[in-house]
Amino acid sequence: MTTTAPPRTGKRTAGRNQPGAAPRTRRSGRLRRISLPYLLLLPALVLELLVHLIPMVIGIVVSFKELTQFYLRDWGSAPWSGLDNYSLTVDFDAPVGEALLSSFFTTCLFTFFSVGLCWLIGTAAAVFMQETFKGRGILRTIFLVPYALPVYAAVITWAFMFQRDNGLVNHVIHDQLGLTDSPPFWLIGDNAFVTLLVVSVWKGWPFAFLIMMAGLQNIPREIYEAAALDGAGVWQQIRRITLPSLRPVNQVLILVLFLWTFNDFNTPFVLFGKSAPASADLISIHIYQSSFQTWNFGTGSAMSVLLLLFLLVVTGIYLLLTSRGRSAGDA
Amino acid sequence: MAPPKSFLVSRLVFLTLLTGFVLLPVYVMISSSLKPLQDVSGKFQWIPSGLTVQPYFDIWKTVPLGDYFMNSLIVAGSATVLSVIIAIFAAYAVSRYSFRGKRVFTVTVLSTQMFPGILFLLPLFLIYVNIGNATGIALFGSRAGLILTYLTFSLPFSIWMLIGYFDSVPRDLDEAAKVDGCGPLGALFRVIVPAAIPGIVAVAVYAFMTAWGEVLFASVMTNDATRTLAVGLQGYSTQNDVYWNQVMAASLVVSLPVVGGFLLLQRYLVTGLTAGAVK
Repeated sequence: MTTTAPPRTGKRTAGRNQPGAAPRTRRSGRLRRISLPYLLLLPALVLELLVHLIPMVIGIVVSFKELTQFYLRDWGSAPWSGLDNYSLTVDFDAPVGEALLSSFFTTCLFTFFSVGLCWLIGTAAAVFMQETFKGRGILRTIFLVPYALPVYAAVITWAFMFQRDNGLVNHVIHDQLGLTDSPPFWLIGDNAFVTLLVVSVWKGWPFAFLIMMAGLQNIPREIYEAAALDGAGVWQQIRRITLPSLRPVNQVLILVLFLWTFNDFNTPFVLFGKSAPASADLISIHIYQSSFQTWNFGTGSAMSVLLLLFLLVVTGIYLLLTSRGRSAGDA
Repeated sequence: MAPPKSFLVSRLVFLTLLTGFVLLPVYVMISSSLKPLQDVSGKFQWIPSGLTVQPYFDIWKTVPLGDYFMNSLIVAGSATVLSVIIAIFAAYAVSRYSFRGKRVFTVTVLSTQMFPGILFLLPLFLIYVNIGNATGIALFGSRAGLILTYLTFSLPFSIWMLIGYFDSVPRDLDEAAKVDGCGPLGALFRVIVPAAIPGIVAVAVYAFMTAWGEVLFASVMTNDATRTLAVGLQGYSTQNDVYWNQVMAASLVVSLPVVGGFLLLQRYLVTGLTAGAVK
């Protein structure tokens, strides 16, 4: 084997490098080799530019314009308005700014609770299911159902369950348990916040579960065996080995959950329709309404730009903090 | 060593409650879809008093669900196929070549994941309307516009996942293919793609789910002829009545393709998703 291989490759390279043709093919070959990665990236690049980056630039431009439905056919001709949209948006004493600020706080509160609960449930489920037991495979499949169901089908079912007169929730807490004097409203008023949270956690925790399960697979078994030899019980092993080992996975997971939850449009939109009750008025719905219901695209764009700046700053700080924590931990 | 009782009891209680929470809407969906209209309009019944499969026939007549189904299938299917092919090329370039701007590319593509959809909904709407006015190519309201939009949604994540997969295919394999006379693309399609099939399946399932479940762009960028399921399901509410049994039946029917596909290909998706995510 080893004696026949070298002559074969040698013959082939000799055959290809024929005198005369060699320099030209080599040069065009090198050119092709340099441009090939760019050619391969081109479709992805063009699409990202067209659908994400150029629209963002246009969004920033529009935020400095007075763009109403009259200029829709030719948005370039809409008059410049300088910082008017921004000053309107951040004037927190006037109705527009006040509503935006309250929507922002609602979104922060909602994101905090939703991410927290998703993380907690996902981690607990993953830790409990680390060891094999009877029915584990079936349970894992069941737990992925909320992740697999299309948002609108799942959320519309929840909307049905939270109906005041014919929903399951009121049937249980009012008719069966008698906890309330009259059946409460869940899709309007202050309760809407709780409703949105329940649905969001139901939909979101399986993702945390999936990522945590993967994180757990990377912990070597020997560490547990060593700890067991030293007399550590299951709870101690979870606290001392499992949870600390999950920290790097957590950092990515929490960031992703934060961004998804903060930007979530689908859940409130299917649950409440185009205008959410004040207690559950998430920022993405709020911007949608400011743009497409009142046809005031300039103000809507200014809000979008401010939202993006906020997300960039938060993500930046988060990455800085977690990477510093990591290097400090290593040292 | 057997785990202590406290652990076993906690696990049993926690997992039981969680299973109940997860399956509750599924139970409501299935049981309500089999009830006559007067039953879903009145007090909720845990155990249906009368069962009927009529809602499953009515859903196709109350709204043109078949058309919406077709639209969703065409849009999600095309977006998936295109997205996967484009992601394969991009991931191959990043995984196998070093070139100027590689880092800029990956960071830019990945960071588009963090932008809220609402941020480019409005500008994209303006772009599509203006392209339509200028060239007569109808992107706004058409399936093509939606396909173009959706395929970019799953693209960053798909590229990211596939880079991880391609990296795990030994370089010796495609070097060997090149020695045997394959060009770079030959090596990609003869060696790397077959070896990374689980990752590619995972990416395809993810892309399909993303497109099948999208609501925001579907509700702004479609018209009567191109409406997808995401918008179409709202058609079961009339001024006076919501046909909840039909809503539930329709929800179940539109969920079947993705849930079925997901459960079938679960193994691939889960390993693919997590291989990309944990890295």
